[in-house]
Parts: sequence; structure tokens; C-alpha cells
Amino acid sequence: MSDNKNKETAGSGFIYHMELFLERYKLPVSAVCALVLLAVPFMGFSQYIMRILIMIGVYTMLGMGLNILTGYVGQLSLGHAGFFGIGAYTGALLMLRLGVNFVFAAIVGACLAALCGLLLGLPTLRLKGTYLAIVTLGFGEIARMVFMNWAPVTNGTLGLKNIPRPSFFGFDLTLANHGLYYLMLVLVALVTVSCLAIIRSKTGRSFIAIKEDEIAATMMGIQITRSKVLAFVISAFITGLAGSFYAPLVGFIDPNSFTFDVSSLIISIVILGGMGTIRGMFLGAVVLIIFPEVSRFLMDYRFVVYGIILVVMMRFRPQGVLGWKSQMPYKLPRLAREELAKQS
Amino acid sequence: MLKVEGLHTYYGNIRALKGIDMEIQQGEIVTLIGSNGAGKTTTLNSIAGIVRSAKGSITFEGKSIVGMPAHSMVKMGISLAPEGREVFPALTVEENLRLGAYIKNDKGQISAAFDRVYTLFPRLKERIRQQAGTLSGGEQQMLAIGRALMNEPKLLLLDEPSLGLAPNIVLMIFDLIQDINKQGVTILLVEQNANMALSVAHRAYVLEIGKISMQGKASDLANDPRVRQAYLGLA
Repeated sequence: MSDNKNKETAGSGFIYHMELFLERYKLPVSAVCALVLLAVPFMGFSQYIMRILIMIGVYTMLGMGLNILTGYVGQLSLGHAGFFGIGAYTGALLMLRLGVNFVFAAIVGACLAALCGLLLGLPTLRLKGTYLAIVTLGFGEIARMVFMNWAPVTNGTLGLKNIPRPSFFGFDLTLANHGLYYLMLVLVALVTVSCLAIIRSKTGRSFIAIKEDEIAATMMGIQITRSKVLAFVISAFITGLAGSFYAPLVGFIDPNSFTFDVSSLIISIVILGGMGTIRGMFLGAVVLIIFPEVSRFLMDYRFVVYGIILVVMMRFRPQGVLGWKSQMPYKLPRLAREELAKQS
Repeated sequence: MLKVEGLHTYYGNIRALKGIDMEIQQGEIVTLIGSNGAGKTTTLNSIAGIVRSAKGSITFEGKSIVGMPAHSMVKMGISLAPEGREVFPALTVEENLRLGAYIKNDKGQISAAFDRVYTLFPRLKERIRQQAGTLSGGEQQMLAIGRALMNEPKLLLLDEPSLGLAPNIVLMIFDLIQDINKQGVTILLVEQNANMALSVAHRAYVLEIGKISMQGKASDLANDPRVRQAYLGLA
């Protein structure tokens, strides 16, 4: 009986079989992916392409940051560009004004974003749904206004120029020597591993329980507000980390780098890739960062196409491309494993 | 063990409970029966801390627990298996149970609790890796009860465990409720199925529109003509 049920939920679509394949050859597939990613710089791509690849990495991290909050705990934030900006400005200012090493600047940037997440989360996470969305939307705008008007520190609308490249032991990481690319790989790997570890822990289970049913979750002894604030802080930390990598990557930031457009792009990545999945974030970032580049010939119409894609997605695959049946997105590996066990 | 005195609960301006008095002794199965809208679930949710607008006094093992949030009730040893078996559908059986032991940190204790639940509900053990949402109704009810037992409660609150289940499954669930009680867990059972509830309980309270209208030994109530007529459908 249970076999039938599993099959029903498992479905038999193309994506399912792809997932099954990935699950079966997990090790070889990940090894090949890792090798390809490491070898990319030697394939002679132009700096333009390398830059896009690094941007994909940045947005993958941003997606994973928001995913912790939206995908697992079920809280929507429309203001993640704010945390992104806080991380970017903090990192950039530390490196520019104080000449601090990138690693330290990135950690401080991420921690400051996390602190802002805590300060915003404590009073607001008792709010639900739409109300929380409005508060976070406001937060994103406030952060931008601060960047714009705190001129002595942030240099106002003129932005921060000539942000130094990260350097390790006197060796500058740039696009040309692929240092930035490898730094991106390291950061993405770190964030991915931490997200996986969090989700598979007791804390991660409590996050999912809150998303599924808040009342039932409190009856397990989970303190809802505390868990939500924790998720908010983790989410802001990851987003801030991505920000403090972004600043030296592009070398110039101004308040308009952190508008609502950025927040909505992050949300789109999470939704398109599949809320509550880690690998979905990679796919979402790849699609949504590459799309505007390859569709330049559509000119301004590309945003129309972009909108249409999202609407069509919501109609036909609301759980995201790699999301599982909307109810159980993050369960796929285990389902697939069971199916494998049955076959062998 | 649990003493409720003058419990009033409001939903906005509407008074759902109009002064409930009840008492549960250690080791008992006490049932609260009544028709739809009498306030059975409200009473349970007030005790469990889910409804926070309760006024009056609720004492558990001598400590006042009125107005305390649900997550601290769990720490005191009160567990609720909610109405409509609110399991976490996307999580597996094992993960659901693990969440039940959320407040426990001692690995030995957790695995002992797992053993205990799996002994009571062997069916759950067979379904360990299955998503809770794909279980049958009866299995979900077992999971909801099993999950409530994972934190080794002193007092187990059961809300309509028979809801929407086939009669033979209901019998099985009620047998299990008696087994759980024999292991030393005090149980407060809220039921619409008065017949079943009175057959397993030691004592019973009858709730009518927010007030206790009758109370006594379950066997006496089962033979009371008023109860027979109103709740058991017997003349």
C-alpha cells in the first residue's frame, strides 16, 4: 500500500527522473560538477562570462539566505536588499577607510547584517504574512535611505568607488587571475554546507515544523518567535556575507545597487528554483542571472518575458523547478533513495 | 494533579467557557464529553496554553499554569495531541517523532522514548521513513499520539482521537489509550463519541454550552438516563 502511495507522490516527470539519476550517481555527479567548476577558468572564457559566473555565485548565496527564512520557516521578506547593502557597505568601508583584510571585513559585514536582522526581527516577527512583508519592505527602503543620506560615511548618492580587491598574503584576487572566481566558489561552498547542516539539525526540523503548522510546533515545545528570529538572523548573515563579497567584486557601490529590484530578484530565484531546496537556489540563480544577458536582443521587452515566465511558473509549477510536490519539496532525496532501494 | 477552577475563556467578546471546574487525579483517564460547540476543545486548548485568553485558575502539580505559553507547558509535562491530528505532513514519521522530543537533549532518553512509542505503535515503525502526509487517518492519529508521548508527559491531553476514523480503528486507538494509561500517563480525553469515551474512562464530565452540567464515575454516567438520551442516543 505504501509503495503505491509513494509512487503517486513521486510522480514520473522528467525532473523526477533527473533527480533519481542524480541521487543514484550522487558521488560521481558531484565530483564531475566540482571538477568542472574548478576547471572553468582554464576553459578560456572571456572576463564578461567569468563575471556573470561570479554573479551567479553571489545570487546563489543570496537565494540560500532568503531560502532559510522563506523556504524553510515560511516567512516572506521583501527587504533582503537591505541586508545585502549593509553587508556590502560595511565590508567596503572597512576595506576602503581602514584598509582591513577582506576576510575580516566580510565577517564584520555579515555580523552587522545579522545584528540588523536581530534588531528588526525581535519586534516584528510576531507579525504574520502580509504585515511582516510590509515591515521588511519598509526596512529595505530605510536601509537604502540611510546609504543615500548618511553622506559622511557612505558618500551619499555618489557611492563608494575604488573598493580594493580582496587580497591574500599580498596577492590580489582579480577577475583576470581568476582569484575572485575561486573565492566565490569557496564562499558558495561554505554557505551551502552550513545551510545543509542547519536544515538537517534539530533547529532545521523546528524551522520546517513552524512552516507546516505553527500551533502544532508550539506544542512540541518550540518557541516560535525565538526560532523565527534565529532564522531571520541566519538569513541576514548569509545575505550580508554575499554583500561584502559583492562590493569588492564590482568595485563600486551606490544606494541604487540595493533597490527593491534586488529584493524581488532574490525572491524570484527562491521561487523559481524551488522554495525549501538547496540545489534549487543554484538553478534559480543560473536562470535568472543568465536570462537578462542572453535576452539582450529583446531589449526592454525582456522584462515582460521575465514577468510572463514567473506567472507561467506560478500557474504550472508553483513549487519551483526543482521543488518537489509543493508540500514536500525538501524530501526528494529520501523518496528517491527509497525508490532506488526498491529497484535494487 | 490538574485542578481547574472557575475557568472562563473568551474569544473576543464571546464567552466560550463560563466557569469550568474540574479535577484530574494522578493515573486517571478523565473524559470530557459534550455536543458540538460545548467548549470541549476550548477547555483543552486553555489548559494546554494555546488559547491564551483564559481567566480563572488552572493548577498543575500545585503550580499555577494559567496564561503560560504552550511551549512551557510541554516542559512541565503536559502534552496535547490536537484535534484533526495535526502531524507535519512533509516530514517523515521519524522526524515527526523527533520533533515530539524537541525539548529533550539526552540521546538515551530520546531513544528510550522512540522504543516506547514503537512498542505501542508497531505500525509506525514500519512507516518510519514515510511522509506523515501519506499515512492513513488511523496511522496519522497514532503518530499524533506517539509524538505527544515522545516528551514523556505526565498528563496527556487527547482531542477527539476518534474523529473521522473507521470504527475498528477507533476501537484500536481506545485500546491503546488504555495501554498508555496503564504505563502511568494520566489522560484527559475529549470526545464526541461519548459511548467509547465512557467505556475507557474512570471519571467523566459533561460539558454543555460552556458549563459542566454533570460529573461522576464514567460507569455511572453511562447509565444515567439523561446522558443516555442526550449523548448515547439511547432512550
